[in-house]
Amino acid sequence: MRNFLLRRFLLMVPLMLGITVLSFGIMQLAPGDPATLDVAMNPRIDPSYLQKLRTSYGLDQPIPVQYWNWLKRVAVLDFGESYKDSRPVLTVIAERLPATLLLSGLSLVLLFLIAVPLGVAAAYYQGRFIDRFATLFTFVGYSMPSFWFALMLMLLLGVQWNLLPVSGMVSTDFDYLPWWRKAGDLASHLFLPLVVTTFGGLASVSRYARTSMLEVIRQDYIRTARASGLPERTVIFKHALRNALIPVVTLLGLSLPALIGGSFIIETLFAWPGMGRLGFEAVFSHNYPLLMGIGVISGLLTLVGNLLADIGYAWLDPRIRYD
Amino acid sequence: MTDLKGIFRHHPLLFWGAAIVALLVVCALTAQWVAPYDPDAQTLGDRLLPPSLSHWMGTDQYGRDVLSRMLYGARISLAVGLVAVSIYILIGVLVGSVAGYYGRWVDGVLMRLVDVLLCIPTFFLILMVIAFVGPSILNIMVIIGLTSWTDVARLVRGEVLALKEREFVLAARLMGLSDSHIILRHILPNALGPVLVVATLGVGSCILLESSLSFLGLGVQPPTASWGNMLMEGKDHLTDAWWLVTFPGVAIFTTVLGYNLMGEGLRDLMDPRMRGSRQG
Repeated sequence: MRNFLLRRFLLMVPLMLGITVLSFGIMQLAPGDPATLDVAMNPRIDPSYLQKLRTSYGLDQPIPVQYWNWLKRVAVLDFGESYKDSRPVLTVIAERLPATLLLSGLSLVLLFLIAVPLGVAAAYYQGRFIDRFATLFTFVGYSMPSFWFALMLMLLLGVQWNLLPVSGMVSTDFDYLPWWRKAGDLASHLFLPLVVTTFGGLASVSRYARTSMLEVIRQDYIRTARASGLPERTVIFKHALRNALIPVVTLLGLSLPALIGGSFIIETLFAWPGMGRLGFEAVFSHNYPLLMGIGVISGLLTLVGNLLADIGYAWLDPRIRYD
Repeated sequence: MTDLKGIFRHHPLLFWGAAIVALLVVCALTAQWVAPYDPDAQTLGDRLLPPSLSHWMGTDQYGRDVLSRMLYGARISLAVGLVAVSIYILIGVLVGSVAGYYGRWVDGVLMRLVDVLLCIPTFFLILMVIAFVGPSILNIMVIIGLTSWTDVARLVRGEVLALKEREFVLAARLMGLSDSHIILRHILPNALGPVLVVATLGVGSCILLESSLSFLGLGVQPPTASWGNMLMEGKDHLTDAWWLVTFPGVAIFTTVLGYNLMGEGLRDLMDPRMRGSRQG
């Protein structure tokens, strides 16, 4: 196990470097540079001042040198200051994190609570009604544009029947409400984005659980368990489910980036003040330091998520460890 | 005719998927003749009319006929889907077959590159690049194509790895045929099936991606009609014109569903093992 972990860690180093190179490289595509952006409001700028500004930002140095200087700061998680309000990028991100964690964390829990039983049942009753229903549902889920699903829900529940708020995280009078009304207010704002986010993942997770369960219930040891007269319930819940859930558990690790990164389109649509919307705003306002911060952090999280998934797999399935 | 019946009976997914896709293609190709109005003609007197006999899907906030815009929008969706998929299939097949065939450090370098790309969320990557180079139909196609090839590369690499040890490839190598000849003529034709399935499913997801981008204002730019930007413009009239946000969404959903059904149907058709498991 220790060798496995060590090898897995070492593999992350070049990948992390690759992510920083890619993030830095994309920024080179950006039109203009921070110096021109600083003085964009002033048409009668002195060229020599611009030059001085470039020197002070280090923009007159060759690109590899610029990358190296940037990398040294990124290594200590210093992504510079957001253009919008000159606050450190990390602070801005930390501010938006709770909203996204609330939405995507709840959605992840719901997702697994619904999708796993659905997939397992579909596999067990393969070809029967529940399986056909799950398959149909999968196709619908894969084909539905999440933002349109959101729009339809807003149209029906928010506008037509006026049941739920369709925008923001809390009402404007939130601060003056007693705590139980606060909770209710938050929950009513949370409902629609939560439904849309959860729905988006149902198809793939339930399909995954179905495939995994199908593979396991065809194994010899399941036949042996049945043949030795164990009750069906014991065979399924004790013997089959355990192994079928191993790949599903690793999905949890892979969900980490989405958990922190949130959804650009859903958060933007519902004006949910989370990470996804922050990224979207940063793209639109050409807030480069913020963009690079989000890019590197989400890349890092993906790596950590993959690592957790692998460790989880190796921990649950001893056959993997000794490869 | 019997063939068609056979497909209908044994491969309903493929049949219905192909039917939907065929309908879309017909709409896109004949848009200029069947569209009842000019899709960009603004008739300010006819703003936000609900669906009626003269405007089957109503009109938008500029008095444009929604049905006509939908038909022309089908062209955009189809074009973006097909071109973007062609680009990424090409890159993916190239990278995957080179990595799989040559192995060793070539494989190592290329696959690490794939790993790096997979670490950055594709949608974020696309958003960033589009924000810098500016949104246009061409840019969308190219950027989706350049960022989405990783899965194809992995798939093709796996196929090539398995195929290159087979006798017929060894025989071809012993005959002294060039690497490119072996890859193109002997290995890739045998890996075509899975690639075709992935490409079909890919058209659906590219259409979904394009509509998401256009919906965010980073895709096809108005006044050119695309289903995504029709939804973007329609969402401002959520309260007073339900038809503006309903029809384009139904179109996107149906189209993507069509490609997904067709892709899964093709998979069943080509992989009899899976077919058996379906009926089980």
